Amino acid sequence: MVTDQPRAATRSLADDFKLGLEAPICLTWELTYACNLACRHCLSSSGRRDPAELSTAECYGVIDELQRLGVFYVNLGGGEPMLRRDFFDVVEYSTAHQVGVKFSTNGTYIDAPAARRLASMDYLDIQLSIDGASAAVNDSLRGAGSWAAARTAMDHLAAADFGAFKISVVVTRHNAHQLDEFRSMAADYGAQLRITRLRPSGRGADTWDELHPTQQQQRDLYHWLLDRPDVLTGDSFFHLNALGTEQLPGLNLCGAGRVVCLIDPVGDVYACPFVIHDEFLAGNVRDSGGFTGVWRGSDLFSSLREPTSAGACASCGAYDACQGGCMASKFFVGLELDDPDPECVLGHGEAALAERGLNGSPVPRPGADHSRPGAPVPVSIGTRPG
Amino acid sequence: MVELDEAWALNQRVSLRPERFGALAYHFGNRRLSFLRHPDLVEVAESLADLPTVADALRAAGVEEPRWGSFQRALGTLASSDMIVRRDAVPPGKEQVAPPPVAALAEGKPS
Repeated sequence: MVTDQPRAATRSLADDFKLGLEAPICLTWELTYACNLACRHCLSSSGRRDPAELSTAECYGVIDELQRLGVFYVNLGGGEPMLRRDFFDVVEYSTAHQVGVKFSTNGTYIDAPAARRLASMDYLDIQLSIDGASAAVNDSLRGAGSWAAARTAMDHLAAADFGAFKISVVVTRHNAHQLDEFRSMAADYGAQLRITRLRPSGRGADTWDELHPTQQQQRDLYHWLLDRPDVLTGDSFFHLNALGTEQLPGLNLCGAGRVVCLIDPVGDVYACPFVIHDEFLAGNVRDSGGFTGVWRGSDLFSSLREPTSAGACASCGAYDACQGGCMASKFFVGLELDDPDPECVLGHGEAALAERGLNGSPVPRPGADHSRPGAPVPVSIGTRPG
Repeated sequence: MVELDEAWALNQRVSLRPERFGALAYHFGNRRLSFLRHPDLVEVAESLADLPTVADALRAAGVEEPRWGSFQRALGTLASSDMIVRRDAVPPGKEQVAPPPVAALAEGKPS
């Protein structure tokens, strides 16, 4: 993806990116906290709509700003973004204003007419979430019927000739052995497989221990990805690079507040989609300077663009390869930001986890919980009702 | 490979955004992101469509000949990801207009 360029630059591209860009390359924009599902690992603890969510007019205003900033595209998500009644209006306004749209959906609301409408639109890409190649594995995480709903949506998109949509999978301990099956599923639909890393964010904070892949699964994943450069990852597995001399394709850096960020449904701007917590709140698009003011002026983002210390990883020879891993993963398991990643492939995470809390500080809880109190929670695999 | 005497253009589905290191290029068709890591390369890429040949674009951007090889390689990479595309020798939409004289271009004054 990175092109060869004239004259060797004195700084690497990654170094340039660490200093932050004039505007994000892309950003995640969760349009609503409302969701018909109650996935056990939901990074935004979605369920109920928040009464303070941005109005249609406010959404248009944000898009106008993103167009002025030259943001290439937005990743619309939620919650389930298609639950917003103005979903198609917002998408069409965005693509008409040169801000491309990718949106993440569980597929429930992609019936035949919706699929045809989506297929007719330019500058639009769809990421359909499914977290098991079999209904049993998927539904244990995402709820009964969600696997069938996602497959039906895929059928509708294929029938409408949408083209290469993305099948989006969060890799867990329970589906890591199904990656070849997911890839076959994508091939059957003429779709592309996209896999991303599970974070202990949102409701994932409570399920991460049980769901995150084992060390052996991480090693297998690294080699599986190296052999399959067609599989997209959103650059989310760069911590695996410590496993070998060969790097996974991508920028190999944490982009939070540097090249990406999150706008949540009420307009709050966070450093990345996985850190919905006051500590990573940079501002709100309703502030006087708008989104631009937050991106360019927030103290939080300025600090994230400063050179980082390798901290506890300084003595490890793999730091250049893994960059210390994921900020969000560390934060929500109670580690310091310069500690090793909790899933450090060289095993330094376990030691750090064993020592956490020794100074008495509690593990931070994710913010903005919109879970539906009465929502049926899917049953975990291996749980046998007594 | 991008040859010096060929006519090229930035793909119309590509959006360029200036950054301190050069520019970001995003292709709305194949959704690929590329990086133009020198301001001169940005100028060349943007002017390709308006000038008869690659060499003209390099000259107009003030790129000295010893650097042309590296620019050709960079343009080749952009071509391989469809960021720039071959076009007919005459710039699109300018069929009725005679190509500007090369001398004028060398002075950085494309018509």
